[in-house]
Amino acid sequence: MLDQLLQFLVTGITVGSTYALVGLGFALIYNASDVVNFAQGEFVMLGAMTAIALLAAGLPLPLAAGVATLLTVLVGLLLERFAIEPALGAPVVTTIIITIGAAIFLRGVAMLLWGKDFHSLPAFSGTTPIQLGGATLLPQSLWVLGLTVLLVTLVRAFLNRTLLGKALLACSFNRAAAQLVGINVRVMLRLAYGLSAGLGALAGILIAPITFSSYEAGVMLGLKGFSAAIVGGIGNPMGAVVGGLLLGVLESLGAGLLSSGYKDAIAFVFVLMVLFFEPTGLFGHKVAERV
Amino acid sequence: MRLAGLYACAAVAAALPILFPDNYFVTVVGISAGIRVILAVGLNLLMGYAGQISLGHAAFFGMGAYASAILTTRHAWPALLAMAAGLAVVGASAWLLARPILRLRGHYLAMATLGFGIIVHVVMVQATRWTGGPDGLAGIPPLNLLGWSVDTDLRWYGVVMAATLLAVWLSLNLADSQVGRALRAVHGSEFAARMLGIDTGRAKTRIFVVSALFAAFAGSLFAHQQGFVSPDSFNLIVSVELVTMVVLGGMASTFGAACGAIALTLLHEGLVVFEDYEMLIHGALLMAVMIFLPQGLFVGLSQATRRLWRAARRGG
Amino acid sequence: MSAIAASSPSPAPLLAVEALEQSFGGVMALAGVSFQVPAGLIYAVIGPNGAGKTTLFNALCGFYAPSSGSIRFDGHELRGLPTHAIAALGISRTFQNLQLFFNMTVLENVMVGCHLRAKTGLLAAALRLPQVRREERRLREWARETLALCELADRAEQPAGTLPYGLMKRIEIARALAARPRLLLLDEPAAGLNDTETLALRELIARIRATGVTVLLVEHHMPLVMSVSDRLLVLDYGSVLAEGTPADIQADPRVVAAYLGGAVHYAV
Repeated sequence: MLDQLLQFLVTGITVGSTYALVGLGFALIYNASDVVNFAQGEFVMLGAMTAIALLAAGLPLPLAAGVATLLTVLVGLLLERFAIEPALGAPVVTTIIITIGAAIFLRGVAMLLWGKDFHSLPAFSGTTPIQLGGATLLPQSLWVLGLTVLLVTLVRAFLNRTLLGKALLACSFNRAAAQLVGINVRVMLRLAYGLSAGLGALAGILIAPITFSSYEAGVMLGLKGFSAAIVGGIGNPMGAVVGGLLLGVLESLGAGLLSSGYKDAIAFVFVLMVLFFEPTGLFGHKVAERV
Repeated sequence: MRLAGLYACAAVAAALPILFPDNYFVTVVGISAGIRVILAVGLNLLMGYAGQISLGHAAFFGMGAYASAILTTRHAWPALLAMAAGLAVVGASAWLLARPILRLRGHYLAMATLGFGIIVHVVMVQATRWTGGPDGLAGIPPLNLLGWSVDTDLRWYGVVMAATLLAVWLSLNLADSQVGRALRAVHGSEFAARMLGIDTGRAKTRIFVVSALFAAFAGSLFAHQQGFVSPDSFNLIVSVELVTMVVLGGMASTFGAACGAIALTLLHEGLVVFEDYEMLIHGALLMAVMIFLPQGLFVGLSQATRRLWRAARRGG
Repeated sequence: MSAIAASSPSPAPLLAVEALEQSFGGVMALAGVSFQVPAGLIYAVIGPNGAGKTTLFNALCGFYAPSSGSIRFDGHELRGLPTHAIAALGISRTFQNLQLFFNMTVLENVMVGCHLRAKTGLLAAALRLPQVRREERRLREWARETLALCELADRAEQPAGTLPYGLMKRIEIARALAARPRLLLLDEPAAGLNDTETLALRELIARIRATGVTVLLVEHHMPLVMSVSDRLLVLDYGSVLAEGTPADIQADPRVVAAYLGGAVHYAV
């Protein structure tokens, strides 16, 4: 029983890491623009699918992953320039529909390019399971965990230590004031979109060997990432990371102990419960205290 | 004069099958458009007037449909009674859900309604014993109105159009009353609304229930008309489409929402020709309309026409 | 005018605030404020920025939950009541930052103001029963009367968001009046108005009082306050510094030292 719990925990943290990275992307974009980018999950899908395609075209895995990430960043920047910038200051509902439109568009493109089949990426360093007490751990999980820790640490250092990162956070508190002190809000927007597209793509590439990918893979991942950001208190980057891990673990426990079919329902019941008791997420008020 | 638009719509709805008898576009597409208009008009009461987003409205649509499907096929209830039971269940669920969920604002509300929609969808797929699981439920009998069985496309067209016009009439009445003004006040400034004696929590709860009832009514019609329901008709994409209809037509306008619903229905029919490109074009159009006509097709275009008209008169 | 009202024997107060405290995370915004507003007066609350004037209004309206003390309005305790219930007892207000319904016309704004007198149920409205039609006519009539009182009749059909700032402030007053309050709270009604508009506002406030409405006024514009008010309350750092007729206040050395010395800034 204890071994089983450990196994669920390991699986949950692995999946939760992906949610955390996607949620982090949500938080960054929300900070810079007050927009929730519903195309965030599509970045994850594009990263994975592009890497798979490049690998099939003969590129070595590290190069394929790198190029796929850069291409996704480019897509993120294009999305920002041609869909988000023209609608700056529009009501929440309008921006939600624009990013949903973008998500459908990107999904449509992916379907044309790669069809409706599931594709997979080979694991980075084999598939021989590692014994961890009574639980087994795929080497790929170690990649996911290790790189997530690295990426989160880097983003955190960027936000807290660099001028550019601090400027990005400043945007979320008061856009007009940020502009007054000379922060170029458009540059911040591009930075946020580029960064979260990159994070999404990496998350997709990391998880693809475990979960497979298809043109539709981004939908649920995007929603879970959004849930992570909301549970953590939207606009709080580290809250999103915690939210993602929590969500992953709960989902894995729920799937294992209750019913795997209700996995997604369990995740969203958790999100609803959090919101009913903490209407601004678990760490939502900390956002205000950061000033 | 107040209902001139409604009468015009009724005239068009009546004229279409006479002008184009036995036409697939009129009957089949017309029915589908009518059901969507009911959904969009109901959602617009919540979104357009009260300013509360719901990204989970397909759940209420589905609950209405499944209530009819389960009660008629498994328990042999008469169709109208099943419909009434479905409305009661959806009304009660919406009422229970409304208080905690409508305390949330903006993106938190979007997340919560979206989560609710996904939970209901998962239950439809997983609770195989009641819902038939992913395969759905077949063999739902047609509506029977006092012995008159609604079993041809033309009859369905008539019933759905009557239901649609009823929904539009109810929505117009609500919007043009103190109830509607109170809702717009909640949208405009909750502080001020409360200060004028409006119990904003109660107002939001009630319109959430009304909006859910519109969706459940449409769902029941849909189930009896199709004779078959499956979870695919009530997933997240449908919820998103419903929101799109309201925004596409133009918020806080009953006819705007109706136009949005018709436009999206026709778009789907039109895009079928493009097969694999359907998603791509659909997504691109959504973005384009929202960027260039943020007030929506109906409201945006009618304002533009008015401006042009004034400019032309001044010029002439 | 003010001399007569002030010297008449004071009846039971319409509003009695007793030892009201409001703290925000340790900061005392109101530190035990007590005062009474007799019915029929124009009662002004003045004080420097941050003295707690708007906080006082928000506590009266139930937007904030006061930490302790009591607010009695015509025998009812207001503390703990939701805002809409406070409104139903006969209190209405305007806002320092405009809270107009920009998505409606001027007439519709004021019709929302009549909400407390409307009895239309949801179902009746949806079916547009005959009584709803009658009520719509009545609401329209009431709203037009209020607009006429506020000299806004010719603006009825215009979208509220398209009018000049001074008019928008006046619409807020009309909307609040449409609720037929017994106590009207005006939060800086003269802020942002020019001299002509301020004069018109003074006349309007006097007209409102003449209809029997008690007015509680927060205002920085000293000439307006001194000429229109019957009594004044001076707040400073969340406490009452002085209370009395305009003449008392202007002669009070503490007030002069703490506040009125700076009044030149507000003089027109």
